[in-house]
Amino acid sequence: MFRVAFPKTIPILFGYLFLGCGFGVLLAKSGYHFLWTTFTASTVYSGSMQYVAVDLLNKPFNIFNAIIMTLAVNIRHVFYGLSLIEKYKGIGIKKIYCMFGLTDETYSLVCSQYVPDYIDKGRYYFVTTVLNHCYWITGCTVGGIIGQFVEFNAKGIDFVMTALFVVIFLEQWESTKEHSPALIGVGCTALCLVVFKSFLPMLATYFLIPAMICIFTALTVFKAPLERRLSK
Amino acid sequence: MTQTWVQSVITLLVIAAVTFVLRALPFMLFRGNKSVPPFISYLGKVLPFAVIGMLVVYCLKDVSFISGTYGIPELISILVIVGLHKWKHNLLLSVGGGTILYMLLVQFVFI
Repeated sequence: MFRVAFPKTIPILFGYLFLGCGFGVLLAKSGYHFLWTTFTASTVYSGSMQYVAVDLLNKPFNIFNAIIMTLAVNIRHVFYGLSLIEKYKGIGIKKIYCMFGLTDETYSLVCSQYVPDYIDKGRYYFVTTVLNHCYWITGCTVGGIIGQFVEFNAKGIDFVMTALFVVIFLEQWESTKEHSPALIGVGCTALCLVVFKSFLPMLATYFLIPAMICIFTALTVFKAPLERRLSK
Repeated sequence: MTQTWVQSVITLLVIAAVTFVLRALPFMLFRGNKSVPPFISYLGKVLPFAVIGMLVVYCLKDVSFISGTYGIPELISILVIVGLHKWKHNLLLSVGGGTILYMLLVQFVFI
């Protein structure tokens, strides 16, 4: 099973070591012991959210804000699950772990890879998820160790989060001809940010809440024309 | 560290719990042969694009375009990331190159 699953996860191996490392350095440079990176990678196991988590940890304790941010960043995972209901059916207790480990990268592997018939699918998905999780924990921990023990000026390293989302945005942009959903996302959020910063600076921390409502409303209002254009 | 270690653990566990619930939710809601409502599957097609757009703006929330460095280092770095990515389509190169460039810019050029 390992020999079937491992080769397909190699691109993820490199990606996770690198992105995990970035997160580890970021968290360690915020003053956390490197074991925190191992802990975060094991429990949260969500690349983009962990970067946002560093941002949250550097602000005063606020559970409400943590919940809102996690919802905002990870709501997309609901839709990953939707397309895997059939695939993950009947794989037993392993399913709980497979759901836990359903990151963007694992999702893309499980979705795209053809699994030969003689392979136990449940075990294949499980092994893939375990391997990716291991790469991620390793990457984060290595980054944490570097961040803790190597002296360097880390100013600006938090830009790694921006860089990551810009690249994902670009890849999504190139994957489709219909750009209005992406533009709705950028437009609504930018609008809410500017309005809140100018008129309600006290509530600026929460600008993502109105942004999400705005995006949801726009997508609902333009459902008919958008669906027509998507099906072209 | 801004938060105490107990606060940090709580923050991280809350994030982990919400993430798990989001990932598990569709499997819980649409168990058996219940089919997915058309509106939900429509959202599944468009929302991921909108959410990433939202997150790009979120990342730039603290950049001021009317004072300080006027967002110039961010703008330069993003343009380079786009260029690198169009050229090589390599996640590591684009993210790594863009971040290092930004760090150099804010540490040595736009101080």
